[in-house]
Amino acid sequence: MSEKTYVEDIDRSVYDIKDAEIDNYRIEEGLTPDIVEKISEEKNDPDWMREFRLHSLDVYNKSIMPDWGPSIEGLDMDHIATYVRPNTKMQGSWEDVPKDIKETFERLGIPEAERKSLAGVGAQYDSELVYHNVRADVEAQGVVYTDMESALNGPYADMVKEHFMKLVPPTDHKFAALHGAVWSGGSFVYVPKGVHVSIPLQSYFRLNAKGAGQFEHTLIIVDEGADLHFIEGCSAPKYNVANLHAGCVELYVKKNAKLRYSTIENWSKNMYNLNTKRAIVEEGGTIEWVSGSFGSHVGYLYPSSILVGRGAKMEFTGVTFAGEGQNLDTGAKVVHAAPETTSYMNTRSISKSGGISTFRSSVEVRKNAHKSKAAVSCQSLMLDSQSRSDTIPAMDIRCRDVAVGHEAKIGSISDDAVFYLMSRGMSEEEARALIVSGFADNVSKELPLEYAIEMNNLIRLEMVGSIG
Amino acid sequence: MSNLLEVKNLHVRVEDKEILQGVNLTIGEDETHVLMGPNGTGKSTFGYAVTGNPSYTVTEGQIIFKGEDITELAVNERAKRGIFLSFQNPLEVPGVTLSAFIRSALEQKTGERIRLFDFKKKLKETMELLNMDPSYAERDLNVGFSGGEKKKAEILQMLMLEPSLAILDETDSGLDVDAVKTVSNGIKIFKERCKGSLLIITHSTRILESLKVDVTHVMSGGYIVKEGGADLVNQINECGFESLCKNCNENCPARGN
Repeated sequence: MSEKTYVEDIDRSVYDIKDAEIDNYRIEEGLTPDIVEKISEEKNDPDWMREFRLHSLDVYNKSIMPDWGPSIEGLDMDHIATYVRPNTKMQGSWEDVPKDIKETFERLGIPEAERKSLAGVGAQYDSELVYHNVRADVEAQGVVYTDMESALNGPYADMVKEHFMKLVPPTDHKFAALHGAVWSGGSFVYVPKGVHVSIPLQSYFRLNAKGAGQFEHTLIIVDEGADLHFIEGCSAPKYNVANLHAGCVELYVKKNAKLRYSTIENWSKNMYNLNTKRAIVEEGGTIEWVSGSFGSHVGYLYPSSILVGRGAKMEFTGVTFAGEGQNLDTGAKVVHAAPETTSYMNTRSISKSGGISTFRSSVEVRKNAHKSKAAVSCQSLMLDSQSRSDTIPAMDIRCRDVAVGHEAKIGSISDDAVFYLMSRGMSEEEARALIVSGFADNVSKELPLEYAIEMNNLIRLEMVGSIG
Repeated sequence: MSNLLEVKNLHVRVEDKEILQGVNLTIGEDETHVLMGPNGTGKSTFGYAVTGNPSYTVTEGQIIFKGEDITELAVNERAKRGIFLSFQNPLEVPGVTLSAFIRSALEQKTGERIRLFDFKKKLKETMELLNMDPSYAERDLNVGFSGGEKKKAEILQMLMLEPSLAILDETDSGLDVDAVKTVSNGIKIFKERCKGSLLIITHSTRILESLKVDVTHVMSGGYIVKEGGADLVNQINECGFESLCKNCNENCPARGN
């Protein structure tokens, strides 16, 4: 099947089709206590959540804009609509989803992927989930996969309250506070003790509304000895005004549990992607991040893992592709806060046509993290002389008996390799796309086949027109 | 009978150095040619220039293939017209399997989709002929292949792509006796199956043993200094290039080098 990965062409317009905003409910632009209260009312929040939102807004107003990364000056919060509700309630069957929205997801291949290879799907359109379904056999194992709103008011309400924004508190940074104030949508997953979910769950986030923000919250708890693969995908059509994504992902990996969290991010190039993802891993547990960042105008993304139990493990495999007009600051963070913990970051960054790709990592090894191991490997590929690639690794090691390694490599495409591929009949464009896909195969090899194909297609799209 | 390849007064420059200084060489259809000569005389440069490596600039002269002037044509267009180069050092390309690569190259060449079943069958049979472990088909192109396996993979590509002219750039160098036999057998199959022409760049005669050589060219200092039949190969093996150069045409500009 692998030959499919680079033979088939895709239509780039698929991601760019805009639906008319008909009959949706759109909150006024800007950010005031009044607007936050309205969102809370719209969403039927429990009292504690309403207070949480207002408190978060207060924190937001008191905290400073980050000034250490790519410029976010183009983002004017007074012109972002923080809540846009599509004209539908959440459905359990694609048949009941309104036609235009259903067609959008069909073009993105979501219902087909669900039939073929997923245990459950959640589809968010602007601020709300429009579809959620989980396979009966997975549900029968006791797995809970639902939208956050239902979770807040359902049988797991206490569990949600106990975990919601405890890993990423609103005080973490300005956009975490913003998220706490206006969050909407996202998924809640609970995998009970010892349950292995053999095929992945997926949430897909689509932001259609112009000048809007998406603030979905993903909360996943994988209980002791359980195992889950969760996939998230995201895309949006391109507008000439700024859109904002400030989602939040909180992952709780209990003793001896394992969670793989895969992301293919393809936001449009007017998006400010200021997303926060964090996992806490208990004794013997494993978190695996697989991350492909292709879209957005500006991105700040550093999934972080806190290893709090003996023998906890984290692995981060990522690729970032910054093309024209993109400034993507991505990487990962890990805190070794228990003995014998291990972490491995393996990333590739690609920059092209003046794009800026920065790899930023943080490895913190605490005093008690005896016999821990940490390794960071980052490779960069610059496709032309106007592009830029930076590597900013930070390490804070407070313990003697640990093994910590870092390696970085930077390079360009070898002319000899292009010549070799072309000598077999490939065009220069195809040869280069193939080499770039190969460079990013640390990630594509970790993804399920359909997603690896999608990722390689995204690379091909980026490479089209890159010659001459 | 028309010529397959006609190279006229070819001058080739790499960076600031003129490597080929007026090479004339003609290959007819279904012929086997050997290109010999001391190290560093421009044999590989000739192979690259005919294939169309953009790092090798043609400053003068012409390359005519199947009656068409291809001097300015891009490398992939030459490949589509039937020119194949077996690389001395095949490059490693992670992320694409040998099998997917050959299938894609075939589709590029024919412009048609190829049925997976037929392709796999032919690939498997051809790999067997070359004593290649079938698992190599699903491995990334040349990544972690031994020197011998890389060369076999080149011959495999040649047999699958069926070019009208295959240039083998020291395909036999660095191979053990058995591997040379395998490669040599692959070349024989190519001749039988495809009736293609060959230009074999080599230092050794072992690879030529089971082949009928039509013409031998000797290159020195960027020129063809001598041409002859199959017996010229033996003469070189006995006396070396130096004596040959002494005896050659006194107009040869390579003399005295």
